[in-house]
Amino acid sequence: MPHDDPNARPSPDALLEEANRERRGRHTIFLGAAPGVGKTFAMLEGAQARRREGVDLVVGVVETHGRVETAALLEGLERVPLRTVSYRGKAFEEMDLDAVLARRPRLVLVDELAHTNIPGSRHVKRWQDVEEILDAGIDVSSTLNVQHLESLNDVVERIAGIRVRETLPDSVLQKADEIELIDLPPQELIRRLADGKVYVPEQARRALDRFFSPGTLTALREMALRQAAERVDSQMLRYMRSHAIAGPWPTRERILVCIGHGPEAARLVRTAKRAAERRDAPWVALHVETHRSTSRREADKDAIAAALRLAEQLGGETAVVQGERVVDEILAFARGRNVSQIVVGRAGARRWTRGFLRSATADLLARAGRFDVLVVAAGDEAATAPATTEAMAWPAARDWPAYALATLIVAAATAFGALIDRWLPLPNVSVVYLVGVLLVAIRSGLAPSIYASVLSFLAFNFLFTEPRYTLAINDPQNILTVAFFLIAAVITSNLAARVRAQVEVARVSARRTANLYDFNRRVAAAASLDDVLWAVVHHVAASVDGRSLVLMPEEGRLVVKAGYPPEDTLDEKSMAAAQWAWDHGSPAGRGSTTLPAADWFFLPMRTGHGPVGVLGVQIRSGQPLLSPEQGRLIDTLASQAAVAVERTSLVGDIQKARLDAETERLRAALLSSLSHDLRTPLVSILGAATSLYTYDETLKPAQRLDLVQTIQDEAERLNRFVQNLLDMTRISSGALRPKADWVDLADVVGAAAERARRILRRHRLRLDLEPGLPLLRADPVLLEQVFFNLIDNACKYSPKDTTVTVWARRQDGRVVAEVCDRGRGIPEADRERVFDMFYRVQGGDGQAAGTGLGLAISRAIVEAHGGTIEARSGLHDAGTCIVIALPAEPPPTLPD
Amino acid sequence: MATILVIDDEPQIRRFLRISLTANGYTVVEAETARAGLDACASARPDLVILDLGLPDMDGQEAISAIRGTSAVPIIVLSVRAHEHDKVEALDRGADDYVAKPFGIAELMARVRAALRQRSATGEPPTLVTAGRVCVDLARRVVLRGGEEVHLSRREYELLATLAARADHVLTHAEILRAVWGPAHVHDTAYLRVYVKQLRQKLEEDPNLPALIVTEPGVGYRFRLPAVE
Repeated sequence: MPHDDPNARPSPDALLEEANRERRGRHTIFLGAAPGVGKTFAMLEGAQARRREGVDLVVGVVETHGRVETAALLEGLERVPLRTVSYRGKAFEEMDLDAVLARRPRLVLVDELAHTNIPGSRHVKRWQDVEEILDAGIDVSSTLNVQHLESLNDVVERIAGIRVRETLPDSVLQKADEIELIDLPPQELIRRLADGKVYVPEQARRALDRFFSPGTLTALREMALRQAAERVDSQMLRYMRSHAIAGPWPTRERILVCIGHGPEAARLVRTAKRAAERRDAPWVALHVETHRSTSRREADKDAIAAALRLAEQLGGETAVVQGERVVDEILAFARGRNVSQIVVGRAGARRWTRGFLRSATADLLARAGRFDVLVVAAGDEAATAPATTEAMAWPAARDWPAYALATLIVAAATAFGALIDRWLPLPNVSVVYLVGVLLVAIRSGLAPSIYASVLSFLAFNFLFTEPRYTLAINDPQNILTVAFFLIAAVITSNLAARVRAQVEVARVSARRTANLYDFNRRVAAAASLDDVLWAVVHHVAASVDGRSLVLMPEEGRLVVKAGYPPEDTLDEKSMAAAQWAWDHGSPAGRGSTTLPAADWFFLPMRTGHGPVGVLGVQIRSGQPLLSPEQGRLIDTLASQAAVAVERTSLVGDIQKARLDAETERLRAALLSSLSHDLRTPLVSILGAATSLYTYDETLKPAQRLDLVQTIQDEAERLNRFVQNLLDMTRISSGALRPKADWVDLADVVGAAAERARRILRRHRLRLDLEPGLPLLRADPVLLEQVFFNLIDNACKYSPKDTTVTVWARRQDGRVVAEVCDRGRGIPEADRERVFDMFYRVQGGDGQAAGTGLGLAISRAIVEAHGGTIEARSGLHDAGTCIVIALPAEPPPTLPD
Repeated sequence: MATILVIDDEPQIRRFLRISLTANGYTVVEAETARAGLDACASARPDLVILDLGLPDMDGQEAISAIRGTSAVPIIVLSVRAHEHDKVEALDRGADDYVAKPFGIAELMARVRAALRQRSATGEPPTLVTAGRVCVDLARRVVLRGGEEVHLSRREYELLATLAARADHVLTHAEILRAVWGPAHVHDTAYLRVYVKQLRQKLEEDPNLPALIVTEPGVGYRFRLPAVE
């Protein structure tokens, strides 16, 4: 959380936090040390005062526990009716979250923040309901006893002897905008208890004496006071940061908590969290995975996973590293992360190894150097519960085949040993046993191989050393052989088992790396959104050995966009969980604390730019929860998938932007073209027509004819321009679909020349078409338009009385036609661009106005026919030749 | 003189048609809608109908069919260029010819004259068609060019005869193919292209710039008689 900014600038994080705070509702917590101090009473008193000020407030839920004074304070306050939930045939009442949200008051009163909701409610805990209300921008007043805080949980247990099950994350208290500490001296509280003014649940009555002893209450009171005091500190700090008040800042410290297997892990985490909080330092929970990790009991693995999850919940960072030398790994990690204090448990070594092997903790203490090491005492839990379970678990029922096999292998080794015993000296027999032990170690791991070692030792001693059939040994040399055998066997077992375990760890790690690599490769290869989503769901499903879904918003609601195995719909419960995950940006559904009744687990997919969708995962039935390993993998996959999804939409955005820019350019060009090319002929027509009308009498017949000619020419030009625009529209709208027919090129050119007759009257047209040209597969109308445009252009851009030539010949299986003029030609640099819409070569004013469309249309038509069109310079570098090449199809077979 | 019915919703177009046609000595009857046109067709008994395909109250194509249901009067259709399928459909429905908008009055007058000529010669198909130096004797199945007989293959002659029999009149590809090659070959335009090319080689002054057998792109061919101006 803290950010050391040496510059006198408000830290961005602090500002962001301020901003979020403004949007959220304000949360006031009435914090007390124990039940009965009067939190609810104080809250209601405050509410009455606010009501008198005219604040719109409602009671979400308040438990009076039958106290008259409290009930009296409820007078006049609007209460949102409670929701009745039936669970296992009984009716329970819970706060109606949706009704509160729908009512939208300024302030809601919510009693007992740590309360656990009845299963079937939206959230597991009431504090989550409160979070949702706050997110909706509604203020909340709530009450809390200090023993419900997650990080104080086991301290409270040790002091008061009560395990508090209803806990809530410390972050809830930290995020609260205001804390009202309701303080009552212990003696006063005990008196109230004696007066029956304190409500105590039935099941807690047994612990009553211990809980309400002056010692316990004093300790709890101190905790509550300290919480409130720390709050003041951190508020002060936050204020200083967001207002850029220069230090002295607390120096950056980092606390590392090492999580080993064993039940004390959770307590270690809480201790570290408190230590970190006192110093206002970030903290990391670290677990070192060794070769032994894989062979660990499931319960131990779960304990480690749970401790890591708890660390995450308490706001710590978590890390798992692999390595054989635990202490080395811890120290390397600590150095790399600039840790100042390391928290470890004392029970680093087993009791039976104490004094023989140095415990990891002792080793760490010896080598810690500049690090502070905080050793946390072993709790009661370490001594009792696990020892019994371990005793019961060994040998675990599922392990018996391994031991049977070990016995069998030793028996086989014995038989073989007996066989070679006649010819070979005794040490050779021990080698046979050694091979057996090695086999067991590789196949079944450490414990069975130790068992095999001992069995082999006994058998060897009993059967092969003199005197035979006793466990006594006469020959000192044999004693040595047997002793060495035992040592060799144990060492071998250890080595082989370790190799096996390392292989296993490496395999898991390699699988994970390969999985991510494979995922990235597949997602990178996918171009469209559908491809990406398919890759994601397929990959996630394969990774967790289950089913997966991706949901994305469409027209304001979430829909299933992809699923593996393919799935289109979700049941209502799961859909609600998905919606919640999307709305709140946090995980929901099975295995999480929100809507856990859903069949699926949903994880929001988000990038730096915001959420893009929701990833749903369903593990095969029977396995309701993701392991932390899977959880982390899914987390990684979800964020990578989000990035990939965003990438596809970015690609789309870029293409769209490019298209928009092009469209904009065309629109501008079209407007300028319209204003010029439509208006110019109109000016001429209007001018000529009015001249004829006005000066009818005075005009000579030749002048009159000239004006009439002008009107006709310009009207025809206008017509061509409109035709071009229409053609262009057809082409841009994709309506240009050539209707292929057999076409004689001479026929087409002739028709074009016929239509261009009037345009051509100031030029000579020469047709040079090779005889015997093959028929073409083309649209005659469109092709005629091409030649008409080209002849029109040629006349426009060449002086009067010059020749326009149309050539056509067969060349390399294509029919090549050229339309050449003797004009000024097109500069080399413009020869490609003349085919762009509205592009005109910059020329003198005297040049006839073109539309800038003719060549663009021609190119579109020619390319639609699978041909090419280009501009070249004419013969002897004079004029322009537009060269068209069209594919020549095999000629049709004709009868006759 | 002949009576011509003009059906067009554009007053400007009707006005210049009326002026030009009246100047050429025709009597003009005007109709603004297809309905009014059909009524006028029945009451005024015109010798020729000029029909705009784009009418507000009825599809022009259906108007053609409606007129054809009661009368054999020649119909000239006014259509938009680049809508070749409209022209073909109009011809298929019984229109005699078309003029693409916008058009010059000379072009329209030539079509009007050709259509009226055809009508006056109804019953008897022409036996001799002369266009410039080319003379087609339909009775004797002989073709002369500058007085000399031109040798044509049987198909070439049938193609030319089909076109010449309805000179100055556009024939669609399908019509020609059906008449010359039979109903099974109405889509084999390749035949047509090849034979037209051969005919042009034998008959035209400049086969690349044909004056006799004129291409109507996307529609068909027309045997053109020299304009009588």
